[in-house]
Amino acid sequence: MPWRANLATVGALVRRALNEITRVPGAAIPGVMAPTIFFLGLTSTFGSLTLLPGFTSDSYQSFIVPVSLMQGAAFTGAATGVNLARDIEQGWFDRLLSSPAPRPALLAGLVLSASLRALIPATFLLIIAFAVGAHWPGLLGLAIAILIVMGMATVAATWGTSLALKFRTQSAAPLMQAGMFIAVLTTTAYAPLDLLSGWLEVVARYNPVTQAVEAARQGFVGDVTWADTWPGFAVLIGLGVVLSYFALRGMRKMTIS
Amino acid sequence: MLALSANARVVAALGARSIRQTARRPQLAAPLLVFPTLLLAIQTGGAGGAVDLPGFPEVESFLAFMLAGAMVQSVLLAGNSGAIALAIDIEMGFTDRLFAAPISRFGVVLGRLSGTAVLGAFAAVWFLAIGFLFGVTIQEGIAGAVWIVLLVAASALAFGGIAASIALYSGKASVVQGLFPLLFVILFLSTAFFPANLMLEPAGTVAEYNPLSFIVEGIREPIIGEFELGDQLKAVAAVIGIGALGLALSAWSMRARTRRGS
Repeated sequence: MPWRANLATVGALVRRALNEITRVPGAAIPGVMAPTIFFLGLTSTFGSLTLLPGFTSDSYQSFIVPVSLMQGAAFTGAATGVNLARDIEQGWFDRLLSSPAPRPALLAGLVLSASLRALIPATFLLIIAFAVGAHWPGLLGLAIAILIVMGMATVAATWGTSLALKFRTQSAAPLMQAGMFIAVLTTTAYAPLDLLSGWLEVVARYNPVTQAVEAARQGFVGDVTWADTWPGFAVLIGLGVVLSYFALRGMRKMTIS
Repeated sequence: MLALSANARVVAALGARSIRQTARRPQLAAPLLVFPTLLLAIQTGGAGGAVDLPGFPEVESFLAFMLAGAMVQSVLLAGNSGAIALAIDIEMGFTDRLFAAPISRFGVVLGRLSGTAVLGAFAAVWFLAIGFLFGVTIQEGIAGAVWIVLLVAASALAFGGIAASIALYSGKASVVQGLFPLLFVILFLSTAFFPANLMLEPAGTVAEYNPLSFIVEGIREPIIGEFELGDQLKAVAAVIGIGALGLALSAWSMRARTRRGS
C-alpha cells in the first residue's frame, strides 16, 4: 500500500509545518499582520480612487480585500521556500531526500502545509475587513475567495520551493518574496483595468494572476459568475503544475549532486 | 584633537564596512532599492488616475508626486536594514569586541549610521535618476536636487538612529526584522503616497501631523513646485527632532546593554 505510506509522509510534513505555528507563534505574527496593514493602509491612502469615473466599486475596502488576501497567501507560500532553504542549510532536507519517500510526496507535504497556513492571515484579514466596512461577498463568493487564497499559497510555495532548491540558501528569500509581490501587484490590484495607466495596463492584461484576483474579487464587488470564476482556477492550476515540475526537477538535481 | 581624528577614522571605517555589507547581502540591499522601486512603478501605474481627482495638487505627473514617497520609504527600510545588520553584529559578538576596544562607543554606532546616511543619499540619487529617465523635471533644478539628496541622507541618519536603538537594546535581528510592518504603518499614515486632503479619515488627520509628512513635503516641494521656507524649516525640524530622539534612545539602549552585560 505505497499510497498509504505516501499519505502518511504528506501528513507528517504538514503537521511539522503547522507545529511551527504553535511552537513559535511570534514568528507567524509578521506574516499575519503585513497583509492586514497593507489592506488598512491602501484603503486609507487610495480610498478616494473610487470617485474616479469608471471605477467598478463604491467601496475601496471591498475592491482591495482580495488583493490583500492574495498577498497574505503569496507571502505564506514564499515563507515555505525560506523554511525549506533553512532545512537545506541545516542538512535536514538531505535526510528527507535519502529516505524512500517519493519526491512528489515531499513536495505535496510542503505545498499543502502552505495552503493551510494561508488560512490564518486570511481569517484575520477578513475579520478586520468586514469590521471596517468591506461588503459581504455571500457564501459562494467567500468560498471562491478562500479557495483562490489556498491555490495562490500553493503556487507561491512551489515557486519558493523551486528557488530554495536552486539556490539552497536563505539569502534567496528576497527573490522568493519579490517574485510573488510582483505577481500579485502587477494585476488589477489598485484599480480596474481601464483605469490603469501605461505599462501596468499592458502587464495586468496579460498577467495570468489578474484572473485569480478577479475571481476572488467578484463576490466583494458584485455578482458571482462562472465566467469570472473558472479562469482564476485554471490559471492557478496551470501555474501550480508548471512550478511543481521545476520544484521536482530541483529535488532530482539535488539528489544527484 | 588626536582622539577626535581617531574616532573619525573609526566612524569612516565602520561606515564603509556597513555599505559593503549591504551591497554583499541581498536581504539587506533589496529593501533599500528593489522594493521601493517596484512599489513606485506599480503605484504610479495603478493609481496614476488620482491626478484627476478634485483637490489633488497640480503636478506634472503622478510619478513626480510619488518620488518623495519612494525616497522616504527607501530611507526607512535602509535604517531598518542597517539595524538588522547591527543586531547580527551583536549576536555574533563583533559589537562587543568593538565596545571593548579603546574607541568611543558612540563612534561605533555613528559608524553604522554614517553608512545608512550614505545609502540614503544613494537612494535619493537613484530615484532622481528614475524620475529623470521617465520625464520628471525637478522644478527647482540642480539646487533642488542637491537639497533633496541632503535631506534624504539626513533623514536616513535620523531614522537609522531609532532603529539602531532597538537593535542595541534587544540585540536580536529577529526583533528588528519584526519592525518591518510597523514602518509601513508610519508610511501609510503620512503623505508619502497621497495628499492628506484626499486620504480617508482618520488617516488624513494623522498624516497632517505625522513628522514624516513634513519630511516628505520638504523633499517633494522642489520636485513639483517652488521652495517655501516654512515647509523646508518644518522638514528640517522634523529631521532634527527624530534624530535627537534616535540619539537619546541609542545612548539609553547602550547604557542598558552595558549594565546588563549582554
